[in-house]
Amino acid sequence: MRNILPYPVLTAALTVVWMLLNSFSLGHLLLGAVVAAGASRAMTALEPSKPRLRRWQLIPWLCGIVLIDIAKSNFAVASVILRRRARSPGFVSIPLELRDQTGLAVLACIVTSTPGTAWVEYDSATGELLIHVLDLVERQEWIDLIKNRYEATLREIFE
Amino acid sequence: MSATILVWSVTIAQLMLVVAMACNTYRLIRGPRAQDRVLCLDALYVNAMLLVLTFGIRTGSSLYFEAALVISLLGFISTVAFAKFLMRGEVIE
Amino acid sequence: MTHAEALPAWAALLTAFLVLVGASLTLIGAIGTLRFRTFFERVHAPTLGTSWGTGAIVLASSLLFSVLGSRLVFPELLIGVFVSITTPVTLMLLARATLYRERSEIASAAAPDLLEDPGDRPT
Repeated sequence: MRNILPYPVLTAALTVVWMLLNSFSLGHLLLGAVVAAGASRAMTALEPSKPRLRRWQLIPWLCGIVLIDIAKSNFAVASVILRRRARSPGFVSIPLELRDQTGLAVLACIVTSTPGTAWVEYDSATGELLIHVLDLVERQEWIDLIKNRYEATLREIFE
Repeated sequence: MSATILVWSVTIAQLMLVVAMACNTYRLIRGPRAQDRVLCLDALYVNAMLLVLTFGIRTGSSLYFEAALVISLLGFISTVAFAKFLMRGEVIE
Repeated sequence: MTHAEALPAWAALLTAFLVLVGASLTLIGAIGTLRFRTFFERVHAPTLGTSWGTGAIVLASSLLFSVLGSRLVFPELLIGVFVSITTPVTLMLLARATLYRERSEIASAAAPDLLEDPGDRPT
Protein backbone atom coordinates (compact mmCIF):
# COMPACT_ATOMS: atom_id res chain seq x y z
CA MET A 1 0.00 0.00 0.00
CA ARG A 2 2.82 2.40 0.88
CA ASN A 3 4.49 1.72 -2.45
CA ILE A 4 1.38 2.16 -4.58
CA LEU A 5 -0.04 5.22 -2.82
CA PRO A 6 2.75 7.03 -0.97
CA TYR A 7 0.62 10.10 -0.19
CA PRO A 8 -3.02 9.06 0.28
CA VAL A 9 -4.26 12.49 1.43
CA LEU A 10 -2.64 14.22 -1.55
CA THR A 11 -4.14 11.65 -3.93
CA ALA A 12 -7.61 12.15 -2.48
CA ALA A 13 -7.29 15.95 -2.64
CA LEU A 14 -6.14 15.86 -6.28
CA THR A 15 -9.05 13.59 -7.20
CA VAL A 16 -11.51 16.01 -5.59
CA VAL A 17 -9.94 18.97 -7.45
CA TRP A 18 -10.17 17.03 -10.73
CA MET A 19 -13.84 16.35 -10.16
CA LEU A 20 -14.55 19.96 -9.16
CA LEU A 21 -12.95 21.18 -12.39
CA ASN A 22 -14.85 18.68 -14.54
CA SER A 23 -17.96 17.10 -13.09
CA PHE A 24 -19.04 14.62 -10.47
CA SER A 25 -19.47 11.37 -12.36
CA LEU A 26 -18.09 7.85 -12.16
CA GLY A 27 -15.96 8.30 -15.29
CA HIS A 28 -14.30 11.44 -13.95
CA LEU A 29 -13.80 9.76 -10.56
CA LEU A 30 -11.84 6.92 -12.22
CA LEU A 31 -9.88 9.20 -14.56
CA GLY A 32 -9.14 11.66 -11.76
CA ALA A 33 -8.01 8.86 -9.44
CA VAL A 34 -5.56 7.56 -12.06
CA VAL A 35 -4.12 11.04 -12.71
CA ALA A 36 -3.91 11.79 -8.97
CA ALA A 37 -2.19 8.47 -8.23
CA GLY A 38 0.37 9.20 -10.96
CA ALA A 39 0.96 12.74 -9.72
CA SER A 40 1.40 11.69 -6.11
CA ARG A 41 3.88 8.97 -7.18
CA ALA A 42 5.80 11.70 -8.98
CA MET A 43 5.85 13.62 -5.67
CA THR A 44 8.11 10.92 -4.18
CA ALA A 45 10.91 12.13 -6.47
CA LEU A 46 10.80 15.47 -4.59
CA GLU A 47 11.00 13.67 -1.23
CA PRO A 48 8.94 16.14 0.80
CA SER A 49 8.94 15.72 4.56
CA LYS A 50 5.87 13.78 5.51
CA PRO A 51 3.74 15.67 8.03
CA ARG A 52 2.31 13.65 10.88
CA LEU A 53 -1.21 14.63 11.88
CA ARG A 54 -1.51 13.76 15.51
CA ARG A 55 -4.94 15.19 16.25
CA TRP A 56 -6.68 15.93 12.97
CA GLN A 57 -10.03 16.39 14.78
CA LEU A 58 -8.88 19.89 15.72
CA ILE A 59 -8.48 21.03 12.09
CA PRO A 60 -12.17 22.08 11.51
CA TRP A 61 -12.13 23.95 14.81
CA LEU A 62 -8.92 25.78 13.82
CA CYS A 63 -10.43 26.66 10.40
CA GLY A 64 -13.51 28.05 12.15
CA ILE A 65 -11.66 30.35 14.56
CA VAL A 66 -9.32 31.51 11.77
CA LEU A 67 -12.27 32.45 9.52
CA ILE A 68 -13.92 34.37 12.36
CA ASP A 69 -10.66 36.12 13.31
CA ILE A 70 -10.07 37.12 9.69
CA ALA A 71 -13.59 38.55 9.46
CA LYS A 72 -13.06 40.52 12.70
CA SER A 73 -9.73 41.96 11.61
CA ASN A 74 -11.24 42.80 8.21
CA PHE A 75 -13.59 45.16 10.02
CA ALA A 76 -10.78 46.50 12.23
CA VAL A 77 -8.49 47.29 9.30
CA ALA A 78 -11.37 48.73 7.24
CA SER A 79 -12.20 51.15 10.07
CA VAL A 80 -8.51 52.10 10.39
CA ILE A 81 -8.42 52.92 6.65
CA LEU A 82 -11.74 54.76 6.48
CA ARG A 83 -11.56 56.85 9.65
CA ARG A 84 -7.88 57.84 9.22
CA ARG A 85 -7.55 56.94 12.88
CA ALA A 86 -4.15 57.54 14.44
CA ARG A 87 -2.35 54.21 14.42
CA SER A 88 0.94 52.92 15.69
CA PRO A 89 2.38 50.33 13.33
CA GLY A 90 5.33 48.32 14.53
CA PHE A 91 7.28 45.07 14.57
CA VAL A 92 6.70 42.43 17.24
CA SER A 93 9.17 39.67 17.91
CA ILE A 94 7.73 36.42 19.25
CA PRO A 95 9.66 33.40 20.54
CA LEU A 96 8.04 30.28 19.07
CA GLU A 97 8.22 26.73 20.37
CA LEU A 98 6.58 25.20 17.31
CA ARG A 99 9.27 23.41 15.26
CA ASP A 100 7.27 21.28 12.82
CA GLN A 101 7.76 22.54 9.24
CA THR A 102 4.15 22.04 8.18
CA GLY A 103 2.86 23.66 11.36
CA LEU A 104 5.08 26.71 10.74
CA ALA A 105 3.84 26.94 7.15
CA VAL A 106 0.21 26.87 8.33
CA LEU A 107 0.96 29.49 10.99
CA ALA A 108 2.61 31.70 8.36
CA CYS A 109 -0.47 31.44 6.14
CA ILE A 110 -2.80 32.29 9.04
CA VAL A 111 -0.75 35.28 10.20
CA THR A 112 -0.29 36.75 6.71
CA SER A 113 -3.80 36.22 5.43
CA THR A 114 -5.22 38.00 8.47
CA PRO A 115 -5.40 41.72 7.67
CA GLY A 116 -3.46 43.68 10.25
CA THR A 117 -0.66 41.18 10.78
CA ALA A 118 2.10 40.14 8.38
CA TRP A 119 4.78 37.48 8.76
CA VAL A 120 8.15 39.07 8.06
CA GLU A 121 10.94 36.78 9.17
CA TYR A 122 11.51 33.52 11.00
CA ASP A 123 14.86 32.44 12.39
CA SER A 124 14.89 28.64 12.46
CA ALA A 125 18.00 28.54 14.68
CA THR A 126 16.51 30.50 17.59
CA GLY A 127 12.80 30.06 16.80
CA GLU A 128 12.36 33.84 16.82
CA LEU A 129 9.49 35.12 14.67
CA LEU A 130 9.19 38.72 13.49
CA ILE A 131 5.72 39.97 12.52
CA HIS A 132 4.51 43.42 11.51
CA VAL A 133 1.32 44.68 13.12
CA LEU A 134 -0.70 47.54 11.65
CA ASP A 135 -2.34 48.76 14.85
CA LEU A 136 0.04 47.96 17.67
CA VAL A 137 -1.58 49.07 20.91
CA GLU A 138 -0.54 46.40 23.38
CA ARG A 139 2.52 44.35 22.40
CA GLN A 140 1.81 41.56 24.89
CA GLU A 141 -1.71 41.14 23.52
CA TRP A 142 -0.40 40.17 20.07
CA ILE A 143 2.18 37.79 21.54
CA ASP A 144 -0.57 36.11 23.58
CA LEU A 145 -2.85 35.91 20.54
CA ILE A 146 -0.27 34.14 18.36
CA LYS A 147 1.06 31.90 21.11
CA ASN A 148 -2.11 30.85 22.90
CA ARG A 149 -4.68 30.92 20.14
CA TYR A 150 -2.80 29.55 17.14
CA GLU A 151 0.52 28.08 18.22
CA ALA A 152 -0.94 25.94 21.00
CA THR A 153 -3.54 24.43 18.64
CA LEU A 154 -0.99 23.84 15.88
CA ARG A 155 1.36 22.12 18.32
CA GLU A 156 -1.47 19.85 19.39
CA ILE A 157 -2.23 18.99 15.77
CA PHE A 158 1.29 18.49 14.43
CA GLU A 159 3.63 17.63 17.31
CA MET B 1 -38.01 43.17 -8.34
CA SER B 2 -35.25 41.09 -6.81
CA ALA B 3 -33.75 40.61 -10.28
CA THR B 4 -33.51 44.40 -10.66
CA ILE B 5 -31.78 44.66 -7.29
CA LEU B 6 -29.30 41.97 -8.35
CA VAL B 7 -28.55 43.75 -11.65
CA TRP B 8 -27.99 47.07 -9.93
CA SER B 9 -25.84 45.70 -7.12
CA VAL B 10 -23.65 43.80 -9.58
CA THR B 11 -23.25 47.02 -11.59
CA ILE B 12 -22.30 48.97 -8.45
CA ALA B 13 -19.89 46.22 -7.42
CA GLN B 14 -18.23 46.33 -10.83
CA LEU B 15 -17.82 50.09 -10.57
CA MET B 16 -16.25 49.67 -7.11
CA LEU B 17 -13.84 47.07 -8.43
CA VAL B 18 -12.86 49.35 -11.32
CA VAL B 19 -12.20 52.20 -8.88
CA ALA B 20 -10.13 49.79 -6.76
CA MET B 21 -8.11 48.86 -9.84
CA ALA B 22 -7.59 52.56 -10.57
CA CYS B 23 -6.26 53.09 -7.02
CA ASN B 24 -3.88 50.17 -7.47
CA THR B 25 -2.74 51.47 -10.85
CA TYR B 26 -2.04 54.91 -9.35
CA ARG B 27 0.16 53.32 -6.68
CA LEU B 28 1.76 51.12 -9.35
CA ILE B 29 2.82 54.22 -11.31
CA ARG B 30 3.77 56.37 -8.32
CA GLY B 31 5.91 53.78 -6.60
CA PRO B 32 7.90 54.97 -4.64
CA ARG B 33 9.90 51.73 -4.47
CA ALA B 34 9.93 48.60 -6.58
CA GLN B 35 8.35 46.52 -3.79
CA ASP B 36 5.32 48.85 -3.65
CA ARG B 37 4.84 48.38 -7.38
CA VAL B 38 5.01 44.60 -7.16
CA LEU B 39 2.56 44.61 -4.23
CA CYS B 40 0.08 46.68 -6.24
CA LEU B 41 0.54 44.53 -9.33
CA ASP B 42 -0.46 41.53 -7.21
CA ALA B 43 -3.53 43.39 -5.88
CA LEU B 44 -4.36 44.41 -9.47
CA TYR B 45 -4.34 40.76 -10.54
CA VAL B 46 -6.70 39.78 -7.71
CA ASN B 47 -9.07 42.68 -8.47
CA ALA B 48 -9.13 41.84 -12.17
CA MET B 49 -9.95 38.24 -11.26
CA LEU B 50 -12.84 39.42 -9.06
CA LEU B 51 -14.11 41.66 -11.87
CA VAL B 52 -14.16 38.67 -14.24
CA LEU B 53 -16.11 36.69 -11.61
CA THR B 54 -18.71 39.46 -11.33
CA PHE B 55 -19.10 39.37 -15.14
CA GLY B 56 -19.82 35.67 -14.72
CA ILE B 57 -22.54 36.50 -12.17
CA ARG B 58 -23.95 39.14 -14.52
CA THR B 59 -24.22 36.95 -17.59
CA GLY B 60 -24.89 33.65 -15.86
CA SER B 61 -22.21 31.97 -17.95
CA SER B 62 -19.78 29.67 -16.16
CA LEU B 63 -17.08 30.19 -18.80
CA TYR B 64 -15.78 33.24 -16.91
CA PHE B 65 -14.77 30.99 -14.05
CA GLU B 66 -12.01 29.37 -16.12
CA ALA B 67 -10.62 32.77 -17.09
CA ALA B 68 -10.62 33.84 -13.43
CA LEU B 69 -8.73 30.69 -12.45
CA VAL B 70 -6.08 31.32 -15.11
CA ILE B 71 -5.70 34.98 -14.05
CA SER B 72 -5.20 34.04 -10.41
CA LEU B 73 -2.63 31.35 -11.36
CA LEU B 74 -0.65 33.77 -13.53
CA GLY B 75 -0.83 36.47 -10.85
CA PHE B 76 0.65 34.17 -8.23
CA ILE B 77 3.50 32.95 -10.44
CA SER B 78 4.46 36.41 -11.67
CA THR B 79 4.45 37.96 -8.20
CA VAL B 80 6.63 35.16 -6.84
CA ALA B 81 9.05 35.69 -9.74
CA PHE B 82 9.14 39.45 -9.09
CA ALA B 83 9.74 38.96 -5.37
CA LYS B 84 12.61 36.58 -6.09
CA PHE B 85 14.04 39.10 -8.55
CA LEU B 86 13.89 41.88 -5.95
CA MET B 87 15.75 39.70 -3.51
CA ARG B 88 18.52 38.43 -5.76
CA GLY B 89 18.57 40.14 -9.14
CA GLU B 90 18.80 43.85 -8.62
CA VAL B 91 21.95 45.80 -7.96
CA ILE B 92 21.37 47.91 -4.87
CA GLU B 93 21.36 51.53 -5.87
CA MET C 1 -29.94 39.27 -17.57
CA THR C 2 -32.64 36.71 -18.24
CA HIS C 3 -31.19 34.23 -15.77
CA ALA C 4 -31.80 36.66 -12.88
CA GLU C 5 -35.56 36.37 -13.31
CA ALA C 6 -35.33 32.62 -12.85
CA LEU C 7 -33.81 33.09 -9.40
CA PRO C 8 -35.90 32.95 -6.22
CA ALA C 9 -35.96 36.26 -4.34
CA TRP C 10 -33.88 35.12 -1.35
CA ALA C 11 -31.08 33.85 -3.60
CA ALA C 12 -31.01 37.05 -5.67
CA LEU C 13 -30.92 39.26 -2.56
CA LEU C 14 -28.24 37.16 -0.86
CA THR C 15 -26.11 37.16 -4.02
CA ALA C 16 -26.51 40.94 -4.34
CA PHE C 17 -25.51 41.44 -0.69
CA LEU C 18 -22.44 39.18 -0.93
CA VAL C 19 -21.24 40.81 -4.16
CA LEU C 20 -21.56 44.28 -2.64
CA VAL C 21 -19.75 43.26 0.57
CA GLY C 22 -16.88 41.69 -1.39
CA ALA C 23 -16.50 44.63 -3.76
CA SER C 24 -16.58 47.23 -0.97
CA LEU C 25 -13.97 45.35 1.08
CA THR C 26 -11.73 45.20 -2.01
CA LEU C 27 -12.25 48.92 -2.64
CA ILE C 28 -11.40 49.79 0.98
CA GLY C 29 -8.22 47.72 0.67
CA ALA C 30 -7.25 49.56 -2.51
CA ILE C 31 -7.86 52.93 -0.79
CA GLY C 32 -5.61 51.66 1.99
CA THR C 33 -2.73 51.19 -0.43
CA LEU C 34 -3.07 54.89 -1.30
CA ARG C 35 -3.34 56.18 2.27
CA PHE C 36 -0.62 54.26 4.07
CA ARG C 37 2.82 55.82 4.16
CA THR C 38 5.32 52.95 4.41
CA PHE C 39 5.64 49.63 2.61
CA PHE C 40 5.09 47.50 5.69
CA GLU C 41 1.80 49.28 6.36
CA ARG C 42 0.76 48.85 2.74
CA VAL C 43 1.29 45.09 2.94
CA HIS C 44 -1.81 44.88 5.14
CA ALA C 45 -4.15 46.68 2.73
CA PRO C 46 -4.58 44.14 -0.14
CA THR C 47 -5.30 41.31 2.32
CA LEU C 48 -8.76 42.83 2.80
CA GLY C 49 -9.51 42.06 -0.83
CA THR C 50 -7.86 38.68 -0.83
CA SER C 51 -9.47 37.33 2.34
CA TRP C 52 -13.17 38.10 2.70
CA GLY C 53 -13.34 40.28 -0.40
CA THR C 54 -12.58 37.30 -2.60
CA GLY C 55 -14.45 34.99 -0.23
CA ALA C 56 -17.72 36.92 -0.49
CA ILE C 57 -17.68 37.24 -4.29
CA VAL C 58 -16.73 33.58 -4.71
CA LEU C 59 -19.57 32.57 -2.35
CA ALA C 60 -21.99 34.76 -4.32
CA SER C 61 -20.98 33.19 -7.62
CA SER C 62 -21.16 29.69 -6.16
CA LEU C 63 -24.60 30.37 -4.68
CA LEU C 64 -25.94 31.80 -7.95
CA PHE C 65 -24.82 28.86 -10.09
CA SER C 66 -25.94 26.32 -7.47
CA VAL C 67 -29.47 27.77 -7.42
CA LEU C 68 -29.60 28.20 -11.21
CA GLY C 69 -28.46 24.66 -11.89
CA SER C 70 -30.43 23.35 -8.87
CA ARG C 71 -27.39 21.32 -7.85
CA LEU C 72 -24.36 22.09 -5.72
CA VAL C 73 -21.46 23.45 -7.76
CA PHE C 74 -18.34 24.48 -5.99
CA PRO C 75 -15.65 25.12 -8.62
CA GLU C 76 -15.66 28.78 -7.57
CA LEU C 77 -14.66 27.74 -4.08
CA LEU C 78 -11.49 26.37 -5.70
CA ILE C 79 -10.54 29.96 -6.58
CA GLY C 80 -11.19 31.02 -2.99
CA VAL C 81 -8.99 28.25 -1.59
CA PHE C 82 -6.31 28.95 -4.18
CA VAL C 83 -6.20 32.70 -3.49
CA SER C 84 -6.17 32.23 0.28
CA ILE C 85 -3.22 29.83 0.03
CA THR C 86 -1.15 31.78 -2.50
CA THR C 87 -1.54 35.34 -1.21
CA PRO C 88 0.31 34.71 2.07
CA VAL C 89 3.17 33.16 0.08
CA THR C 90 3.57 36.19 -2.19
CA LEU C 91 3.20 38.69 0.65
CA MET C 92 5.76 36.84 2.77
CA LEU C 93 8.24 36.74 -0.11
CA LEU C 94 7.71 40.46 -0.74
CA ALA C 95 8.14 41.34 2.95
CA ARG C 96 11.36 39.34 3.13
CA ALA C 97 12.66 40.91 -0.09
CA THR C 98 11.92 44.37 1.31
CA LEU C 99 13.65 43.59 4.59
CA TYR C 100 16.66 42.27 2.67
CA ARG C 101 16.81 45.36 0.45
CA GLU C 102 16.51 47.76 3.35
CA ARG C 103 19.21 45.95 5.30
CA SER C 104 21.63 45.89 2.37
CA GLU C 105 21.00 49.61 1.75
CA ILE C 106 21.93 50.33 5.36
CA ALA C 107 25.02 48.17 4.92
CA SER C 108 26.08 49.92 1.71
CA ALA C 109 25.49 53.34 3.30
CA ALA C 110 27.91 52.35 6.06
CA ALA C 111 30.54 51.14 3.60
CA PRO C 112 32.30 54.53 2.95
CA ASP C 113 33.21 54.73 6.65
CA LEU C 114 34.98 51.42 6.38
CA LEU C 115 36.87 52.53 3.30
CA GLU C 116 38.34 55.59 5.04
CA ASP C 117 40.23 53.47 7.48
CA PRO C 118 41.37 50.33 5.65
CA GLY C 119 43.24 49.05 8.67
CA ASP C 120 40.06 48.18 10.58
CA ARG C 121 38.20 46.70 7.66
CA PRO C 122 36.92 43.22 8.44
CA THR C 123 37.98 40.68 5.89
